[in-house]
Amino acid sequence: MSRLGNTAAGLMLNEIRAGLWLTLRYFFKPKATLNYPYEKNPISPRFKGEHALRRYPNGEERCIACKLCEAVCPAQAITIEAEPRDDGSRRTTRYDIDMTKCIYCGLCEEACPVDAIVEGPNFEFATETREELMYDKEKLLANGDRWEPELAKRLELDAPYR
Amino acid sequence: MNSLETFLFTTDLGIVILTILKSLALIVPLLIGVAYLTLAERKVLGAIQLRKGPNVVGPFGLWQPFADAIKMLMKETIIPAGANRALFVLAPLLTFGLAVTAWAVIPVSNHWAIANINVGILYIFAISSLGVYGIIIAGWASNSKYAFLGAMRSAAQMVSYEVSMGFVIVTVIMCVGSQNLNDIVLAQRHIWFAIPLFPMFIIFFISGLAETNRAPFDLAEGDTEIVAGFFVEYSAMSFALFFLGEYANMILISATTTVLFLGGWLSPLPFIPFTWIPGVFWFVFKIFVCLFVFIWVRGTLPRYRYDQIMALGWKVFLPISLVWLVMTAGFLEIFGMLPHA
Repeated sequence: MSRLGNTAAGLMLNEIRAGLWLTLRYFFKPKATLNYPYEKNPISPRFKGEHALRRYPNGEERCIACKLCEAVCPAQAITIEAEPRDDGSRRTTRYDIDMTKCIYCGLCEEACPVDAIVEGPNFEFATETREELMYDKEKLLANGDRWEPELAKRLELDAPYR
Repeated sequence: MNSLETFLFTTDLGIVILTILKSLALIVPLLIGVAYLTLAERKVLGAIQLRKGPNVVGPFGLWQPFADAIKMLMKETIIPAGANRALFVLAPLLTFGLAVTAWAVIPVSNHWAIANINVGILYIFAISSLGVYGIIIAGWASNSKYAFLGAMRSAAQMVSYEVSMGFVIVTVIMCVGSQNLNDIVLAQRHIWFAIPLFPMFIIFFISGLAETNRAPFDLAEGDTEIVAGFFVEYSAMSFALFFLGEYANMILISATTTVLFLGGWLSPLPFIPFTWIPGVFWFVFKIFVCLFVFIWVRGTLPRYRYDQIMALGWKVFLPISLVWLVMTAGFLEIFGMLPHA
């Protein structure tokens, strides 16, 4: 008897009608879409976006060329060369990040003892050529200058959890 | 009758020119309809999945079809090294050409068909059966195993579902006593065939889904198993022609369903405010409803397995349509309702 009932239910397209009814209700529901280029989600202070090299308020660069970030980088995206500057302080002569290798794990900023290399809130840095993604020290420092207010705010908000 | 009308309706050249004009008047809106159907599909599927669908190009994304068309035209047409060049190029043209050809007999309103022939329904059936050639040729000429598998699946599926579709059409013809599409619509003045022949209507519609290789019967394309089926090797405009052909076929099947079961251009309620609205509007409106169901079904059902499709076609639809055919024949005979009896 149940077999007959199943056949009847199949012929009446019961399950298909139930499915169609469900999708019809979803059809009229409010949409979850975020209208991306015009609307953006809020992002966490821990968001790991484009890298930046920060400076002290007096304009001195923070990085002391300890190369901890280079050592910890699991993707080996960072290349650093360093030598003492004229005033005797140790500084980088080269600080390159290959953004095509970077996996945005954030270990570089975890490793940094002076909060020099950080990952900022910017995630819209697509380029038209591959070469533009080979960041050098100049580019990273420029990023730092550009995003400094947000970077500082971000570190301050995240500090209690570190 | 002035001289222009005399020229158009009586001389040979005039009739040719008139037919070309009529065809253009049908094909241009049809192609625009096809273009916008692609947008409608993306919008409806989006809405079902709580997305908005394309909304950036133009107001509400309304220029999206043109953006797509320009993109398609700019792309390179790639012909695989092992392909049979002539057939490879012919296949999409055939698919698209046939999808448009069948429109010659569809009555858009009373006596508004390019060719009001007496075997209209047979003509549509024949043309839509030829559609399988475009697919087989594409699959074979591509010289690729995925394309070939897709073509085989699609051919088997279309042939299977045509059998039950044929019986459904025979049932309708039996009730009308004519194969002329205009007569079929006029025979539904009192009641649409969708009501007395409801199971046939459903079978016809589902077979239509299978016939156009639409979800849940789209395993000829079967993205997850055989990449894209018979048109894997196609790119640019030749791909676009297949794509347009599929959508033109959807509109064609919707139009056929409308003519056979939903009373064609007749207004749903046969009294004053509704009968003022011209028939073309009702015809297009009914096609819209059918197309919405096409897309809605795609947004709802998962793809059938291949053996399930064959079982549904041969073990469910064929017996039901046969039994219903015999029952209808008996009913009409007993109650003396056979036309021309």
